[in-house]
Amino acid sequence: MAPRAMVTPMSEHELAPVASPRGDAVLAPGQTFATVEAQIAASVLAGSRRLWLVGIAGFFAVSLLFFYSVTYVFAVGVGVMGVNIPVAWGFPIANVVWWIGIGHAGTLISAILLLLRQKWRTSINRFAEAMTIFAAGIAGLFPIIHLGRPWFAYWIVPYPSNMGVWPQWRSPLVWDLFAIATYIIVSILFWYVGLIPDLATLRDRSTRRWQQVFYGSLCLGWRGSALHWRRHQMAYLILAGLATPLVVSVHSVIALDFAVTIVPGYHSTVFPPYFVAGALFSGFAMVITIAAPLRAWFHLERLITPRHFDNMAKVMLAAGLIVIYGYAIEYFMAWYSGDPFARYILIRRALGAYAPAFWVMLACNVLLVQTLWLRRVRRNVWLLFAVALLVNVGMWSERFVIVLSSPHRDYLPSAWDVSFGTNWDYAMLVGSIGFFFFLMFLFIRWLPAVSISEVKELVREQREAE
Amino acid sequence: MATNGDIDAIRAQLAGRNGDGLWKSLEELSQSPQFPAFLERDLPRLAPLWRAPVNRRDALRLIGASLALSGLAGCGRPPPERILPYVEQPERVVPGKPLFYATSLTHAGYARGALVETHMGRPTKVEGNPAHPASLGATDIFMQAAVLDLYDPDRSPAVRRHGSISTWTVFLAEVADLRARLRRVDGAGLRILTGAHSSPTLAAQLGALSAQFPEARRHVHEPGARDAPRRGARSVFGQAFDTIYRLDRARVIVSLDGDFLAGMPGCLAYARQFADLRRAARIADAGRMSRLYAAEATPTLTGAMADRRIGLPARSIGALAHALAAELGIASPAAAGTLPEAARSWLRDAARDLLANAGAAAVIPGDQQPPAVHALVQRINERLGNTGRAVLHIDTVAAPADRAGTLAELVEDMAAGQVTALVVLDCNPAYTSPLAPELARLLDRLPFSAHFGLYVDETARHCAWHVPARHELESWSDARAYDGTASLVQPLITPLYAGVDRLGFVAALAGELETGAHDILQRYWRTRRGAGGFERWWRSSLERGVIEGSAFAIRSPALRGAVEELPPSPESSAGYELQVRLDPGVWDGRYANNAWLQELPKPLTKLTWDNAAMLAPADAAALGVARGDLLLLKIGDTAVEAPAWPLPGQPRGSIAVHLGYGRTQAGGIGSGRGFDAYPLLAPDGGVPWLREGITVQATGRRMPLATTQHHHDMEGRDLVRRMTLEAFRRDPRQLEQDATAQPPAESLYPPYDYSDNRAWAMVIDLNACIGCSACVVACQAENSSPVVGKHEVLRGHEMHWLRVDRYYEGTADEPRTLFQPVPCMHCEKAPCEYVCPVGATVHDSEGLNVMVYNRCIGTRDCSQNCPYKVRRFNWLDYTYDQERRGTLAALRNPDVSVRSRGVMEKCTYCVQRISAARIDAKKEGRPIGDGEVVTACQGACPTRAIVFGDRNDPGSGVARARANPLNYTLLAELNTRPRTTYLARVRNPGSDAGGASPADGDDGATGDGDADE
Amino acid sequence: MSQIFRPGANTVARAVLAGALLSVPLAFLLGFALVRSPYATGVGIAPPQPVPFSHQHHVGELGLDCRYCHTSVETSSAAGMPATYTCMTCHSQLWTNAAMLAPVRESLARHEPLAWQRVYDLPDFVYFDHGIHIAQGIGCSECHGRVDTLALTRKLKAQPMHWCLDCHRNPAQNIRPRDEVFNMAWQHPANQLELGRRLVDAYGVQTSQLTDCSICHR
Repeated sequence: MAPRAMVTPMSEHELAPVASPRGDAVLAPGQTFATVEAQIAASVLAGSRRLWLVGIAGFFAVSLLFFYSVTYVFAVGVGVMGVNIPVAWGFPIANVVWWIGIGHAGTLISAILLLLRQKWRTSINRFAEAMTIFAAGIAGLFPIIHLGRPWFAYWIVPYPSNMGVWPQWRSPLVWDLFAIATYIIVSILFWYVGLIPDLATLRDRSTRRWQQVFYGSLCLGWRGSALHWRRHQMAYLILAGLATPLVVSVHSVIALDFAVTIVPGYHSTVFPPYFVAGALFSGFAMVITIAAPLRAWFHLERLITPRHFDNMAKVMLAAGLIVIYGYAIEYFMAWYSGDPFARYILIRRALGAYAPAFWVMLACNVLLVQTLWLRRVRRNVWLLFAVALLVNVGMWSERFVIVLSSPHRDYLPSAWDVSFGTNWDYAMLVGSIGFFFFLMFLFIRWLPAVSISEVKELVREQREAE
Repeated sequence: MATNGDIDAIRAQLAGRNGDGLWKSLEELSQSPQFPAFLERDLPRLAPLWRAPVNRRDALRLIGASLALSGLAGCGRPPPERILPYVEQPERVVPGKPLFYATSLTHAGYARGALVETHMGRPTKVEGNPAHPASLGATDIFMQAAVLDLYDPDRSPAVRRHGSISTWTVFLAEVADLRARLRRVDGAGLRILTGAHSSPTLAAQLGALSAQFPEARRHVHEPGARDAPRRGARSVFGQAFDTIYRLDRARVIVSLDGDFLAGMPGCLAYARQFADLRRAARIADAGRMSRLYAAEATPTLTGAMADRRIGLPARSIGALAHALAAELGIASPAAAGTLPEAARSWLRDAARDLLANAGAAAVIPGDQQPPAVHALVQRINERLGNTGRAVLHIDTVAAPADRAGTLAELVEDMAAGQVTALVVLDCNPAYTSPLAPELARLLDRLPFSAHFGLYVDETARHCAWHVPARHELESWSDARAYDGTASLVQPLITPLYAGVDRLGFVAALAGELETGAHDILQRYWRTRRGAGGFERWWRSSLERGVIEGSAFAIRSPALRGAVEELPPSPESSAGYELQVRLDPGVWDGRYANNAWLQELPKPLTKLTWDNAAMLAPADAAALGVARGDLLLLKIGDTAVEAPAWPLPGQPRGSIAVHLGYGRTQAGGIGSGRGFDAYPLLAPDGGVPWLREGITVQATGRRMPLATTQHHHDMEGRDLVRRMTLEAFRRDPRQLEQDATAQPPAESLYPPYDYSDNRAWAMVIDLNACIGCSACVVACQAENSSPVVGKHEVLRGHEMHWLRVDRYYEGTADEPRTLFQPVPCMHCEKAPCEYVCPVGATVHDSEGLNVMVYNRCIGTRDCSQNCPYKVRRFNWLDYTYDQERRGTLAALRNPDVSVRSRGVMEKCTYCVQRISAARIDAKKEGRPIGDGEVVTACQGACPTRAIVFGDRNDPGSGVARARANPLNYTLLAELNTRPRTTYLARVRNPGSDAGGASPADGDDGATGDGDADE
Repeated sequence: MSQIFRPGANTVARAVLAGALLSVPLAFLLGFALVRSPYATGVGIAPPQPVPFSHQHHVGELGLDCRYCHTSVETSSAAGMPATYTCMTCHSQLWTNAAMLAPVRESLARHEPLAWQRVYDLPDFVYFDHGIHIAQGIGCSECHGRVDTLALTRKLKAQPMHWCLDCHRNPAQNIRPRDEVFNMAWQHPANQLELGRRLVDAYGVQTSQLTDCSICHR
């Protein structure tokens, strides 16, 4: 069996004890390679199907709502959405920013924590990465849905067209294309490279012919030789290095869409860092939203311990505090710069037509997060789950407030107007969420939701520690 | 599931199609009878779409979407097009080059000269005729919208008899019988009802008809008829006169509810003359401007321009006139006591200025005021020596009402059974009168009744016969302007429908069947002018669009009789007073089916597609109603439901409603919009426009009203710069030092170099702009901007490239109204340009900020980043409905791209006109001259408030305007460096700002009035 | 346990990977080829016409001037198509009962226009003006090629936007003396660029302006 021969550049100079000073492990004691492998593989190769079928059927139905409403918008026109002239950007833009943000946690966990040698990433990184890919993919759809003529979306791509014209490089929307595309490609590569050893494991454990062929061809003939492992680890590290800057760059670029305009409420230099923090904030919320039920469903308590939730909650808290700082600085700058237009819009945000969303945002992202100071909350999985859900809501309303409320009271009062989402907007938002979970369900059924090989490594270290 | 019948039928039609073919066949399908049924049954969700005109094609797209994937409609060649050359090339028609013809368009009977642009026989755009006294090169919204009426698919296409299609010859046969019957009784029982008209030829024809049938009677019914002024004139002069004005000779103007800037036949000329004494250029040069005192019963454009305005209930205007007369020592100082303090101080100052400027002033009463007020004002002008200078009398122009009966008399006679045959000539009494229901009932019982008009309207429905009229742009005729100048009306297109010329129709009634309108017209003018050199005279009259020296002579009748006391104005009785006014957009309802006018925001309310009950905000608060709450207006036993519209400046205790809505037979556009206010009019007698003691109550229900401006306060932002004349005199250069009025010097963006090129720029003079919105319709006509309908306006999707912003300052009772037209600013440092990912909006080498529709993918980032919010987006497929109704597609300007769904658009400074001029100039190897490029809005503007030209040419009008000390930049602090700038508004309120009567040492105003250089 | 794959599987796997990588650029190339192909541009395709009119005969052999039929080519944006009367000026005398010309005679008799198929069809959002190009010394053959050699009229040059831009960026390479504009046989001299620059100055062609979007799009 492959794992015996395992010698990795990581483990050679790996001295840090697995158990934390506080004594609660990132891996419950008494695990063996066999138990780990059996348990994780079982979730794919065996295990209860009915619950899964019910779930995926439900989410598939919701995904259909997404595809129906998108078709409708393409066929009839963006006019059916809640957009008008002062407020020309509506739900789709808010959704892009939100979904892209959610992706970020996955990259942070898998890439940055890997480089930082954080043990606790191992049992959550796999499905976090899957989350990243699906979220980023869906985020990539919304800019196209937003377009007035989506069938010409490819004009943003620089290619030698027979019109003899090129994209307009000063526009941040062009940078978006590259930011999001790079993000999706790198994430997929990273995820797949990480999967290869586990795919091999599944190939070896599977009994049905078609499963063997399926996983066998996916794992590209992995044999687990030392050479394989060395190269694999090398590639993994390199990709982690590539992915790391993306955590910061992608959402910064998205933020520039707003920051470079002169719209009061968009035009603010704090946006890039503030958006990145928001991204990690909502991202970790989503990871928790997925981890809690997953853990309960597949009985992964021994792999995903309270320690994980504790750490994730801490990251959330930290990110949340930066977001709060962002809110504060927006108001401070409006006041300090003495820009009457910025002042006006920030006041209207809190008191005007969009006030409800604004206060939901504050309640969820500012007040609620404070509960994470309490160890009790961080350790109580279901409490944390509830907080995470509400943070997702709060972060969406933040995107909504920024995107829609800013232009509705800009420079010329004569042009002022408001615009709210129509049923089509809500259908696409809900539908996209349904589609996301539909994909997650496919993933947990066909691929190991927790990295087998990396957990095994933890097991070995645990042994050595004993 | 559908019955296979439908499906198979549709499949059969689709068989063997693919690619573009498939798409086209789907289009054809939409016409196929079984399609809607199939749609209803199989795709109920789409059925509503299908019914909504704008979305019809999209339903098809949605169905086709799946097929389309296989169809690959995108690839390959565009669908083959065909070229149809002439069989015989008409002279002077060059494909691709427009021709302009001079003609006249009438409105409420009065002619305004027009130059109509035609493309290979299609009239597409109306410009003003500079040679015509009622146009002076300008147009109003009705002239601009005339072309849309021409192509209106709802126009009546055929002769109808009792509602079913008939023919002209059948009608002629019946007319022959009728004539035979009538001849025996000398025409007794024959009645001819016309609207107001000023056509000499028609008048002669009708005269001849009366000669044939001495017993026949004529009646005139025109809701906007100007009876009160004439009756007033008759009471002081013993004879009816039309009073016209020369406001370029008036340093002081006092309007007693007289809306001379929009409401009168001569308003285009008046507006020009008025503006000539007030435009920024003159203020800067002479430091002088005229002063306008306005007292009005409901906010009007005139009141909005006033230096001193007061709002008074209509019933008190009479008292005010009387008090003014008393101040000037004409009448006994009686009535003034009842006036509020504000009115009295207004009165004192007005009287003082009038005396100080005796002979160079004008007092203008409103057409809605009773004859007694007009009589009194005639005496005032006489006393001040204004008459003969700024105030002139001429013989009445439009259909002399004295020899003809009224509608009321007609209805009376019909009820008495004295009428056997009625001919209704372009007017619609079964709608435009409080007597409508009764008239309709009587019409049904009439042995012979014939209606002649453009539409099968309410009246046509109740007449035995309906004969479709030709549009003015299709027919030969003539008409007179407000000052009596006659002009010819010539056809610019072969009739789109089987219509009949008005002259031809009347000739047929007179038993003359052979001669066509053209011959009738020529015959008349031959007799008038003599045959010598007629042909040359005729040609030149056609080319000039005016008949030389046909203006009426100025009369100077002598006053007679003593000042009659006004009937004491009833003290504010129990209820409210109700004023009924003509709608600024659809007038008396005759333009109700004109989508441009329906969607045009009304100048003061910015309301579209509806009329409303306008009441003082204070009254609204008292009634506990807000905008859109339905009110029940009751008077006597007539009750009307109307949505409330709190309007700043509306006097308390007074409610104003507009006519022209609530039509039932207007057509697809106009039917069933708003509420019908005619029942509220006083059935003739008394003052038709004013009802006392009306009761108002809230119904608790609401209706949505579509407005294009939701916010009316400038929020302390200096958007419309304004100052008093005194302030300007103290420091003329104040704006130039004001950092927030002039853009900062430095910018991070590299400058463009225009040194070797033109640099187009526009300057809008806020002193001249009267907010009439002619520019908005002109822009829509020139650039084929789509109409989106009420529902889309409600969603903020209106498509006007040019909007006229209206702000208020001051109190809700006495607001100051400010207008500001906002086209694209064509910024030097345009925020829209750098955010477009595909470079669809870019700078060009003449400094235009051009929008490339065919490159736009619809990210809408440009609009987000436009601080002026002048960009418009094709949210849905707004042009498709026009494509379907072929006649409307023919209206489009061929020099402007049709914008598809999902594309941004905006003001282009009429780039098509610029490049036309550029190409001509290049061919002739000369530079483009100043004034050679005229934008649509500039050409339409009655007051020449808009100047456009090359900023680099120091001699150009625009360069001079930009050098004016009043020149400022909108939102200059953003440093967008707009090419469009404004000239700050200067008010001349006089004493309340410290003296300076416009009189001092000024006679510039008394010139012959061609003050504009 | 038994092997899942036979050795050949490796080759298959490699082939699949390589194919996947190559497919992307190949797809792009195919796209480019398609939009530039005659199928999309219509070059060389002679659409069916009511009358098989031959430019070769009328222009090449009889030497009619372009402007005899395309009358408004100098004055207007549209070159103009000949009215039936124009055809009949000669054909009321010549070939008066040639079957080929029946549609022309019918058109005259019924007073219904001949319906020609467009050969050169620019998109509706492109505002091309024949007059100014002629005034600035751009010969007919620059865009239309040697029409005088065509028995049946067909498109000789595709007109994608970049092709327009090539000339608008540097008109010197295509401009010719005004009096040679209608000369179908005119050849660019060896010193075209030098001649072109001279003419560009002489005719006051404003090169800085020629690439404005607003020159062609409104």
